[in-house]
Amino acid sequence: MNSSEGKKSGKAMRPFGSGRSAEAAQFSAWKDQRMELIIGNLLRAGVLLSAGVVVIGGIIYVSRHGRAIPDYRDFRGELSPLRNFAGIIHGTLQLSGRAIIQFGLLLLIATPVARVIFSAVAFAWERDYLYAAFTLAVLAVLTYSLFGGSLH
Amino acid sequence: MSVLVFTALIALGSLVAGFLGSLTGLGGGVVIVPLLALVFHVDMRYAIGASLVSVIATSSGAAAAYVREGFSNIRIGMFLEIATTVGAIAGALIATHVSTATIAIVFGLVLIYSAYLSVRGQPASPVVENQDPLARALRLDGDYPTAEGRERYTVHRIPLGFGLMFGAGTLSGLLGIGSGAVKVLAMDQAMRIPFKVSTTTSNFMIGVTAAASAGIYLARGYIDPGIAMPVVLGALAGSMLGAKVLVNARTKYLRAVFGVVIVALGIEMIFNGFTGRL
Repeated sequence: MNSSEGKKSGKAMRPFGSGRSAEAAQFSAWKDQRMELIIGNLLRAGVLLSAGVVVIGGIIYVSRHGRAIPDYRDFRGELSPLRNFAGIIHGTLQLSGRAIIQFGLLLLIATPVARVIFSAVAFAWERDYLYAAFTLAVLAVLTYSLFGGSLH
Repeated sequence: MSVLVFTALIALGSLVAGFLGSLTGLGGGVVIVPLLALVFHVDMRYAIGASLVSVIATSSGAAAAYVREGFSNIRIGMFLEIATTVGAIAGALIATHVSTATIAIVFGLVLIYSAYLSVRGQPASPVVENQDPLARALRLDGDYPTAEGRERYTVHRIPLGFGLMFGAGTLSGLLGIGSGAVKVLAMDQAMRIPFKVSTTTSNFMIGVTAAASAGIYLARGYIDPGIAMPVVLGALAGSMLGAKVLVNARTKYLRAVFGVVIVALGIEMIFNGFTGRL
């Protein structure tokens, strides 16, 4: 008797759905938030790491070319060797300041991609297959942009 | 002007842009592109490339702080990112096929619209209404902290919001900005999601949206390390500074001043676009 009353008042407090599904939703929201907090902290670490790499590349670049005259009025981007992974890695190994900056920027672009991968794993772990599928769809679009970019 | 002075000035300008962008919630990208194009005479393509990577830095850097506040809704964010990332690729592809003058004019219009949203301020929270069956199926409804404890909300007009998000992604990929203003419009106005939930969820979506066009920008040579380096470092430092100050800052007058600056930049961009100078 007592326990059934408890259930009734529990239902009355929640405007949406039955008591059990609302509780489950609340629990999954709490898990979502915990998971995102961990991912958020990882992201910040990724951003700081890539900023550090950009700073190192920047110091090398400015110390070598600080007195040159910059000219960005005309677009010559299509001639840059730093447009693909191979070119960036090659230049970074030769300690070119510009290539190291670009490598840092690549790490930066990778941080949201890493977030999406972590989210997909976390949703699958929660057995939320619908959202794991949504997340994988986002990942597929990102992969197309990053690896299929040179095909456009 | 030598590379050293050029780098220092752009870093300083981006720091101020990142600082004001985070204080007013408009993001730094909307000021960085006109700053580079109009003041430093950088080609529009280099300007939007540098701005886009700075947008990733500020969005990802702030993600943890936003989640901690308990406003952002991860499911809404992830679901709508399907639309924004596809839109971002479409925008980046359009950017490589239209003239920089056209991009400048569209940019100017978005600036003026962003200023309008900023001045209009925060609309009242929508009241809880009947639940939308699609929102229920997708489990998008959530709750958020208010003065009277956690309050539940329900999401509406999902197809319209999804479509607007595609548009927000396209603008982001076309102009190298976070397009937070359009994202908030889609969530707050179309889907009737509470304002605080809309803004924080939008911020958390911006990095992923920008990453979708960054791959295409990189392959096309839009991302030049010489310009992107001072822009990213300056904007990141500025936004972190802004987030520290934000807690006890009175942003009402700041928003008004920033709004006027943005309108002026918008008019200048449109003018330069029509006269073919950008």
